[in-house]
Amino acid sequence: MATNYGPVEIAGVIAVIGVLTYACRLSFIALFGRLDEIPPAVERVLRFVPAAVLAALVLPSFVTLDASSFAADKFVAGALAAGVAWQTEDVFATMVTGMGVLWAIRFLL
Amino acid sequence: MDTAAFRRGVRDVAPLLLGIIPFGLVAGIATVNAGLGLPAAVGLSVVVFAGASQLAALELLGQNAPLTVVVATAVVINLRLLMYSASIAPYFRDFTSRWKAVLAYVLTDQAYALSVASYRSDRETDRKWYYLGVAVTLWAVWQVTTIAGALLGTGVPDAWGLEFAIPLVFLAILVPAIEDAATGIAAVVGGVVAVVGAGLPLNLGLLVASGVGITAGVLTESVTGGTDGD
Repeated sequence: MATNYGPVEIAGVIAVIGVLTYACRLSFIALFGRLDEIPPAVERVLRFVPAAVLAALVLPSFVTLDASSFAADKFVAGALAAGVAWQTEDVFATMVTGMGVLWAIRFLL
Repeated sequence: MDTAAFRRGVRDVAPLLLGIIPFGLVAGIATVNAGLGLPAAVGLSVVVFAGASQLAALELLGQNAPLTVVVATAVVINLRLLMYSASIAPYFRDFTSRWKAVLAYVLTDQAYALSVASYRSDRETDRKWYYLGVAVTLWAVWQVTTIAGALLGTGVPDAWGLEFAIPLVFLAILVPAIEDAATGIAAVVGGVVAVVGAGLPLNLGLLVASGVGITAGVLTESVTGGTDGD
């Protein structure tokens, strides 16, 4: 799985993604300086952003509906890591549990 | 410069580095696997500086997908930064345009989550320097680990599943973000829709799931009358 694109095309893609990504980051930080106050409706919506987006990033890594790519080791490791995250709210403990369980299933069982 | 605030930021982000380091190594290794050299690895990490989108772009480049698809996928994944930008903007409004331009460049999931949590607690910490302590540390560690990953190359066996460290980091940040029933509903709905929509083209599943999850949270809050999460 190696790319056939040349260095110029690669550099171009990196530049375009970089500019658009920076535009996303800067957008409201630049804009809100010009507004007097943020509409309360916007604030109410923003409160739900981290929970919804992070969950959408996480869950498909642990569970998939596609039977051919379902990985039981990732499902079990993810579920146990979620339990540890819930109990401890500790990043290190969550990582150690998740990777530890994954490796235990893969290499020991 | 408020060194105390900067140091506090560095200290608060330190535990998260245990997740960032394998994440950066994976991103560097993925660069080599996709057939890109060290300059491209450095360019991607410095110019884009957003791990999930870097990994998605590399995967698609490795498959020789059309360049428009590569760009669209990476940008869709990074659209959540729009929402972080909006959420953190009120705390940055008094800074100069030049500082805003700098602070925006290092805005990431982790810098956003830690800083907003700190601003919402009533701690007397300098906002700019606390944020920079978190964000600049993440930036530096990310650059070093992606380069290290690119140099290590394919030496790390696939079976280690190092890329699994990435969702584990997001998971650890997700849990504290669930502060009440409404944010819980937003998370459950967002996660389930993302699983169902995983097959959508251009990674649109993430964007659709986020939108539906946020909507579910807002609706839940308006039905239950709303409890102040903080």
